[in-house]
Amino acid sequence: MSAYSLVSRVRSELTFWKIVFFIIIALGLYSTYVRFFHGLGAATNLSDDFPWGLWIGFDVLCGVGLAAGGFTIAAVVYIFNIKRFKTIVRPAILTAFLGYLIVIIAILFDLGRPYRIWHPIIMWNPHSVMFEVGWCVMLYTTVLALEFSPVVFEKLRWSKPLKIIKNFLIPLVILGVLFSTLHQSSLGSLYLVVPEKLYPLWYSPLLPVLFFISAIAVGFAMVIFESYLSSRAFGKNLERPILSELARIVVFVLTLYLVLKLMDFARRDMWHYMFINRTETYFFWAEMLLGIIVPMIMLATPAVRRNQKALFSGVLLVIIGFVMNRLNVAITGMESYAAADYFPSWMEISVTMMVVALGFAAFRMAVKHLPIFEREKPAAIPFTKPVKVKFMTESDKTEKILN
Amino acid sequence: MSFGFLIDTTLCVGCEACMVACDERNKLSEEDESYELSVNNYTVVKNKTISDQDIYYRQMCMHCEDPTCVSVCPVAAFEKTPEGPVIYHGDRCMGCRYCIMACPFDVPKFEWNKALPLVRKCDMCYDRIKAGGIPACAEACPTEATLFGDRDELIEIARQRIRDNKDQYYPYIYGLEEAGGTSVLIISSVSLAELGFKMKNFQAAFPKLTWEVMKEIPNVVTFGGVFLYGLWWIINRRIKLQEIPANGDEIPEKEEK
Repeated sequence: MSAYSLVSRVRSELTFWKIVFFIIIALGLYSTYVRFFHGLGAATNLSDDFPWGLWIGFDVLCGVGLAAGGFTIAAVVYIFNIKRFKTIVRPAILTAFLGYLIVIIAILFDLGRPYRIWHPIIMWNPHSVMFEVGWCVMLYTTVLALEFSPVVFEKLRWSKPLKIIKNFLIPLVILGVLFSTLHQSSLGSLYLVVPEKLYPLWYSPLLPVLFFISAIAVGFAMVIFESYLSSRAFGKNLERPILSELARIVVFVLTLYLVLKLMDFARRDMWHYMFINRTETYFFWAEMLLGIIVPMIMLATPAVRRNQKALFSGVLLVIIGFVMNRLNVAITGMESYAAADYFPSWMEISVTMMVVALGFAAFRMAVKHLPIFEREKPAAIPFTKPVKVKFMTESDKTEKILN
Repeated sequence: MSFGFLIDTTLCVGCEACMVACDERNKLSEEDESYELSVNNYTVVKNKTISDQDIYYRQMCMHCEDPTCVSVCPVAAFEKTPEGPVIYHGDRCMGCRYCIMACPFDVPKFEWNKALPLVRKCDMCYDRIKAGGIPACAEACPTEATLFGDRDELIEIARQRIRDNKDQYYPYIYGLEEAGGTSVLIISSVSLAELGFKMKNFQAAFPKLTWEVMKEIPNVVTFGGVFLYGLWWIINRRIKLQEIPANGDEIPEKEEK
């Protein structure tokens, strides 16, 4: 391929994605106008029968869950003190931070009176799960901003605030883990109050625990996923051994989830629900097989973990399974009670797409302008070729390259 | 004293005077001609024929004793008043619609077509009760099918009626136990389940389900915080100790700088 055609191909690909991006933004802005000037009824397919839809089911439930990598990786690196994961801590925290900003924007769309979003700060109801989620999201977003701030300080060369924040890093990380534990599980607790509305395949007294565990699994999966994407988009090196190790953690957490889910079914004797011929059953099986069992087997296989593409598809399945689970709880599982046949309107979808697209754009901007990934080492370790890294010091590597 | 309603479907003739009175008192638009609860219908009279018997029955906010809406609202916009009514403070509401999601009777309704919406539902004419009056629907009812009064007295009346006319009533007072008990009580000639009211696995108050988890939060925070800090301290300490070369019986004291 000549240099010219390569350049033109890259350019046409770039413009293609730019056009897609601007179409998404334009549609999203139109929907934003309709939603805020004509009300939720005009923009969404929501109704009194189906008061929570895509924006809660995807933007909030999935958004918060997919951002769980922020607190898990931070815990691994700073509390468990496993330093070799340090290279991925910044992208993980950045993803989490952007994820929470996306969630907050989505909540502003979903609330009937978004300008009152601050009300829970002074109007308390400690009995309300939503109150707790609100507080935790607020506090954890602050923690994430602080955890991320060293990156900005480094860029600006502000050494003093950098020093101060580094002194508070451990308490910050601990707070982050606590807030995350609370609200990741509480998103499941939200549904504890509707035992007769949520379909029995998803309703469980263990919802908070199941939500928490699945968030941990998908948090790690997301870190692998985005490392892969970043390596392709920004030409960064994949930290293969680290990602493979993370994939093993995902397998462990998924197993825990599966065992708990089965134990829960056994304890409440719900097996027969798994074999009724109705829509919910199919969605349930799709979620369990595609999202849990298949990726569990895949990621448990060393050959798969060694292969970049296979590893990527494995974690992609975990993510899809997670999204299916949250949408099943929020939408599929509520359909039969509501008898409303809810499906999101194109405006709801376009707002979700716009918010996600903005998140991607923000991530790209941050990576471009801030020291997110470790600085390029002179000896780039290719993904596929095994190199005995641990016996070489930095200078050895440089020497080898020079020779 | 806690007030409530006793609704006796055997006395209801389906004249809909309660609906009209409710619309008037709450200044609700009459454009909603459906017989479903909505932002313009705080109460409706429904009709069902069961074994050649025309039964008229009302639907409205049940004013639970331990209301789910009160428990789920993140900004405490709902309040169970000592007088019995569950009332709504629109100036607090942010419009998250968790109340609509959670209400076991599907009562709160949302102003979907307003740019600045609020939730709407029956408030048992709280202002009239405070002023010593009775709610508009009970006042309008010509047959005493909707009776307003002290809940305990209403329970007595309901028991009396069932006892005196054993063949006329299904021997069950709906609302004594449902959703942990409601201020609105219903008696009828048939089981309320046949009219579409929830009865099965419906006796416990719902807020308990979330409170069981919510009350553990202080434990999670204190235990989790101490545990995580301890974990960090131990791991960090061991790493530091490993870094110091072991030289004889000297106790490694690493100085913090």
